[in-house]
Amino acid sequence: MKKYVWLVWIVLSVMLISFYGYKMFFDTDKKEFLIGDASHGHFQIELACSACHTQAFGGEEVLQNACTTCHADELKAAHDSHPKKKFTDPRNADRVDILDARYCITCHVEHKKEQTNSMGVTLPNDYCFHCHQDIGKDRDSHKDLAFDSCASAGCHNYHDNRALYEDFLVQNAGGSWVKEMAELLSPNAAKKIDLSIMPGHKMYHPQLSLQQVSAQYPEEVDQWSGSSHALAGVNCGGCHSNEVSNSWIEKPEIEQCKTCHVNEAKGFTQGKHGMRLAQKLPAISSSETSALAFKQQTAHTEQGCNSCHSAHAFDTRYAAKEACLTCHNDEHSLAFDTSPHGQLFAQLSARQLAEENAVSCATCHMPSIKETIAGETVVAVQHNQNDNLRPNEKMIRPICMQCHSLEFSIDALADENLIKNNFSGKPGKHIPSIDWAIKRAKE
Amino acid sequence: MKKIVFGMVIFMGLMGLTACNNKETTTGIEPKKYTDSLFAVMKADRTNYTKLVVKRLGPAGAGVIKPDEHWQDIENGALLPAQMFRAGAEAVAEMTDDFTYSLQSIWPINKQNAPKTPVEKAGLEFIAANPGENYYGEEDLGGVKYYTAVYPDVAVSDACTSCHNDHKDSPKNDFKIGDVMGGVVIRVPL
Repeated sequence: MKKYVWLVWIVLSVMLISFYGYKMFFDTDKKEFLIGDASHGHFQIELACSACHTQAFGGEEVLQNACTTCHADELKAAHDSHPKKKFTDPRNADRVDILDARYCITCHVEHKKEQTNSMGVTLPNDYCFHCHQDIGKDRDSHKDLAFDSCASAGCHNYHDNRALYEDFLVQNAGGSWVKEMAELLSPNAAKKIDLSIMPGHKMYHPQLSLQQVSAQYPEEVDQWSGSSHALAGVNCGGCHSNEVSNSWIEKPEIEQCKTCHVNEAKGFTQGKHGMRLAQKLPAISSSETSALAFKQQTAHTEQGCNSCHSAHAFDTRYAAKEACLTCHNDEHSLAFDTSPHGQLFAQLSARQLAEENAVSCATCHMPSIKETIAGETVVAVQHNQNDNLRPNEKMIRPICMQCHSLEFSIDALADENLIKNNFSGKPGKHIPSIDWAIKRAKE
Repeated sequence: MKKIVFGMVIFMGLMGLTACNNKETTTGIEPKKYTDSLFAVMKADRTNYTKLVVKRLGPAGAGVIKPDEHWQDIENGALLPAQMFRAGAEAVAEMTDDFTYSLQSIWPINKQNAPKTPVEKAGLEFIAANPGENYYGEEDLGGVKYYTAVYPDVAVSDACTSCHNDHKDSPKNDFKIGDVMGGVVIRVPL
């Protein structure tokens, strides 16, 4: 009997070791090793373990490097108010002992979805207290404020305070809530592309002439003929031929698009729509997330360049609004058409308004911004829809203030109901930070 | 017998000399000399940036740069001298753990730059009360023993005094050129 127990134990042990060994070293699906669901920001890539766990051993320094590999640039651009270097001086040893702000994972613990708050923070919201508990003594305005309200009331952020710091508030105080109709930037980055990097762009088909292609693919050719590709002289071969492998690609994907649209592809793979592709994982579809409401009809549409930029037509106006609403079904998205912003877009569709004056989903979530590429300033579309979110005050300076006052922008973005109805109306709450800043400046 | 005793005395003498030599080879620069030297470099750079860059090229000079607290946010913005000093300290901290330094004051514009540890507090008070003198001490922080030196940071230009005297967050508004405005704290782990 004892012999059989040992035999069963050995067989079970070998089976377990084989199973986990196979999963660890050979299988691409490693979900058995997940110690908990990842946060909203990372759940898409939770199965790309090595994206964060770059080494088996090494602890917090290894994880810190993983964080900064993806997020260092945005922290730098945000003029990070609490960089690691502020906490490495030994005089802060007592503070670090309580809250080790040298490491991202002190506040952003992964695989703890059940205790993850907004901005991916896994600490109680009174974390500012540890270093700033005396602020009430210095400023009367702050005397009776709750310690968990610093970074949640629309006044401060831990990292990005570019639109919230005191001098900026004073300098930009006042003014009408809505300015004269602004002229928004029009993207021109694509016009600067050197087509010589893609010698096959003039070709229509390896075996067929244009007439034959038109006869065989009339719908596709019709859509293409009105596109910016056709206007720029990019023919079928521009997307369907691969210069390296000298092959014809039936359904071009992002690898082909980024031959020319490098920065757009880079932004896309940094955002929620394309971050999986950056980790060589299958593209995301809305059926895999419950964070927002999505339409059933497109629940299984995999996100790639063509899911918004319909192939052949590549209509950027469609991509800027209609494409979003083919998937997004939340209150904010559904309220767009009847909102003041949506009405401006309707005027554009009715040819009553210029493109530069209309507001679409992309105006705020994938804005056209000035960038310096190869020493030249161009206007390019930021395809990372998260670039000006997390927190939403990132949107204030580059987007909202093009048309609205700072005060209105701060109030509007702090009003959850106003965000839900897509800014149909005035803010229902007022953030007093500008008032306090002006009062102090006058004193 | 005498030969044996004589031989032993010579042997012990040689051993002693060898031991002395060993001791000499392990002796490095003394902490005070080390921190004094570091401060000399810091003070020279700080004074030169204030006088030769900010004063000469800023609003009081050619007006081609705009020294400003929010220098990253304005065109042709340049770091204020205190920020330049702090940027140097942060850059050094990214390169080495052999020493750290910071700029502090008992009249800080940013309250986070007020002295925190007992040695910092004693040092800052001492250099303010004894112009021209430095303060040296030792302290334990985070389980590590440090040699801590505090040096006076003196107003070398009216750019220093006017900025601090006019700033809304400054607790002291009557600084004059030559006044001790704060202190440079240098720490060396022992």
